[in-house]
Amino acid sequence: MIIVEDLRKRYDGVQALDGVSFEVREGEVFGLLGPNGAGKSTTVRVLVTLTYADEGSASVAGHDVRREQNAVRRTIGYVPQDSGVDQFGTGRENLMLQGRVQGMHGRDLRTRADELLELVGIADAADRIVKNYSGGMRRRLDIALGLMHRPRVLFLDEPTTGLDPEARVAMWDEVSRLARAESLTILLTTHYLEEADQLTDRLAIVSRGKVVVEGTSADLKAGLRGDAVQVEIESGAVADAQRVLAGVGATPEQVLDDRIVVSRVENGGRALPGIISALEGAGIDVASVSVSRPSLDDVYLHFTGRDFGTEDRAA
Amino acid sequence: MTVARHTWFMTVRQARNLMREPIWIVLLLVQPMVWLVLYGQLFRNVTRLGGFGTGSYITFLAPAIVVMNAFFGATWSGMAMINDLDHKVVERFLATPASRISIVLSQIVRSAFTAAIQAVVILLVSLALGVRVHTGALGWLVIIVAGILVNSAFAGISQAIALLTRREATMIAVANFIGLPLLFLSTTMIARPQMPGWMQTAARFNPVDWGVRAAREVVLPGTDWGSVAGHLGLLLALSALTAAWATRTFRAYQRSL
Ligand SMILES: Nc1ncnc2c1ncn2[C@@H]1O[C@H](COP(=O)(O)OP(=O)(O)O)[C@@H](O)[C@H]1O
Ligand SMILES: [Mg+2]
Repeated sequence: MIIVEDLRKRYDGVQALDGVSFEVREGEVFGLLGPNGAGKSTTVRVLVTLTYADEGSASVAGHDVRREQNAVRRTIGYVPQDSGVDQFGTGRENLMLQGRVQGMHGRDLRTRADELLELVGIADAADRIVKNYSGGMRRRLDIALGLMHRPRVLFLDEPTTGLDPEARVAMWDEVSRLARAESLTILLTTHYLEEADQLTDRLAIVSRGKVVVEGTSADLKAGLRGDAVQVEIESGAVADAQRVLAGVGATPEQVLDDRIVVSRVENGGRALPGIISALEGAGIDVASVSVSRPSLDDVYLHFTGRDFGTEDRAA
Repeated sequence: MTVARHTWFMTVRQARNLMREPIWIVLLLVQPMVWLVLYGQLFRNVTRLGGFGTGSYITFLAPAIVVMNAFFGATWSGMAMINDLDHKVVERFLATPASRISIVLSQIVRSAFTAAIQAVVILLVSLALGVRVHTGALGWLVIIVAGILVNSAFAGISQAIALLTRREATMIAVANFIGLPLLFLSTTMIARPQMPGWMQTAARFNPVDWGVRAAREVVLPGTDWGSVAGHLGLLLALSALTAAWATRTFRAYQRSL
């Protein structure tokens, strides 16, 4: 449904996209997961014909995003990261205008607006000025705007950023429901690991303008084979600790902040006592130890060598 | 066809938003009145100098106030575009098949539409103040058209500047920079023979003055229809030119995304 091949784009001084490739199948909810500044929005903006890539190609529902722009625009709905609603209009007025520029009119236009206001749950506020909407209501209207002309493909750029955790979870349900109700193919971007985990059928992890890996969340995690063991020690002892860990069958993977050694073992719970006694036997002070089942965090760390949270906050 | 329809849809949106701000409506209607009454009183006796073509200064002034007001309104019209750019309303349209030209044109049309409404109100108040349009209903129409054309000519420039700079502060600076000089380099408030020679020459190239001359010509006796048509024609050509420029800057904006 969406085919993206080696997109590259440079903004003066920044390589926003540095070879982005992935494929989205019809009917799936696909996620682009990456920290702030990874190039998610830029990728989406190329796909919805807002901007051009310097190199590479992409097509949506068989239409080339560069050569068949209007065909793409009729096929897709786009929910931008920064809303784009007319704040001085009502929810309904926004929807009607959106439908009109998509070529809808008459009864179809009116009933579709009503239907969507109902579907996203803002029917009560339909005739209020958007300026007075809450963040969650506004995001629902954004989504309704994207769906107005019954697109086959919906692009959601950070649909839950700025929402409180409760509203976020409600939005996840909403998106899944809409995907089914409207038989949509959805491409969403997020910098929330759980969101990608919960909401998407498949995902691509984006880092610094590149897709580093693509697959289902479960496959990506299973691919790591085993649990992560994080051992916090004094910074001087890192090299020693890595040697000791390797000796007891824990494969050292990364070092965070110069004092946390991350290694991977088949079964964290069983290996832990051996690891601690080996480290203490070698005279290394262990400040803390933790074991975790593989998470998307670990997948990110594994493929990029960098910590997701640190990178997300840095941007 | 699509362009006309989309322009209409988008103009309706903007006009509606404007109507939702009661303060705006009041300002829009009261401000021209203030000009009319204040200047009308202040310069009441200036017609004694001669060359005004009428002894009633308010009669001389009223059609020019319509044009001046249309001009001032136009210099600010880019603000709405900047607001739409800032709130990403424009980007949302760009991801739809919405006509690109309509996004710009609707701003100009909305601006000119506002000028037309103001023109009618000014003319009604003038009528109450005793101003008579010598050529009657056709004269009224000419004055309103002069207001519309002066407005759209400068609205095009304002839109282009909005799209080039995308900053309110710059818009305000430009509006202030061109506003008063173009007003004083015209026959808005004073008869041509009373202006210094170089100013008379400068006024000849001032589009605000083209509008003032066309509008005043139909108010005073001895209307020269050739001059009316000529000046309106010049304004029409200029409007087309500045609208084309605004559309070009819109394409530049799109490329910068
Ligand atoms: N219009 C722009 N001009 C300059 N740099 C930009 C522009 N848009 C994005 N960038 C840069 O490109 C990189 C990728 O941005 P973006 O695609 O917005 O990332 P994400 O959506 O993953 O947070 C960032 O470094 C960002 O600063
Ligand atoms: Mg983004």
